[in-house]
Amino acid sequence: MYLSTITISLRPSILDVQGKAVELGIHTLGLNAVSNVRIGKSIHMNVEASTEDEAKRITEEACRKLLANTVMEDFSFTVKKI
Amino acid sequence: MSISKVKFGVVVFPGSNCDHDAYHAAKHVLHQDAEFLWHKDTDLKNSDVIILPGGFSYGDYLRTGAIARFSPIMNEVINFANNGGVVIGICNGFQVLCESGLLPGVLMRNASLLFACKHVSVRVEHNDSRFTSKHQTGDIISIPIAHGDGNYFAEPDIIRSLEENQQILFRYSDEYGKISDESNPNGSVNNIAGIMNTNKNVMGMMPHPERACESELGSSDGKKIFESIINSFVLQTV
Repeated sequence: MYLSTITISLRPSILDVQGKAVELGIHTLGLNAVSNVRIGKSIHMNVEASTEDEAKRITEEACRKLLANTVMEDFSFTVKKI
Repeated sequence: MSISKVKFGVVVFPGSNCDHDAYHAAKHVLHQDAEFLWHKDTDLKNSDVIILPGGFSYGDYLRTGAIARFSPIMNEVINFANNGGVVIGICNGFQVLCESGLLPGVLMRNASLLFACKHVSVRVEHNDSRFTSKHQTGDIISIPIAHGDGNYFAEPDIIRSLEENQQILFRYSDEYGKISDESNPNGSVNNIAGIMNTNKNVMGMMPHPERACESELGSSDGKKIFESIINSFVLQTV
């Protein structure tokens, strides 16, 4: 069994309006050192696979077909044996 | 094809909430046949036109329309569309069409971050389509929008080809037809409110024509879109 940890984020070229709104909130806290806030998703899932490569292949397929929309999002992931 | 009435199949996903509006418009206002199609069905029940209605299918989890796209009925809808069948997606239905790849692009979070719920002016870009033939090019119609994720986006080369192929059917405008940022309720590229595919049989739009088919509801401007679709089938006089 493997644990896949997936990060999905808006592609850098896309304006992240939620990120902008959150950045404004952080600045009102007085934390003006913060910039370039980007909101994404983190998805964790268990994958039954006999090898790490197989776990990666299954995770990649789930990302491409459902978890991310590559028109507007990028994804990356790690897999760890559990 | 010669038929007495056009049959509209209205797909019902868990979380659809404009399915009854679409059914009512087709059946009771346009006097056509209409039938609900449950998302777990695998039979389009001889529908001539498929409507993917508005709502919040699967709670909008993950992304709007992302999970509905994998409902069993969608395999049939995709086959139907790829064989030339007429499919329209309204609001959440437009989002499902984009997620399923039947239309290009994606609907992102409104630029304002606000849920937009109001009547807007929409300019009909041309009437050379089965969805707009009853309109005049440049008509300004008043129909409601109700969405949080209606910000249409696609890569510049996709937008260019949509423009060149005249696939953009509707744009947000002011009441005089002027296209500007002020008349853009959600940040959509080039004020795009509705598009069709290259084969001109699949159309998606964020505004709700089915909620604007009777003057009692504030506008009947949406009716002509349905009349255009009906007109595209050769009707037999009964």
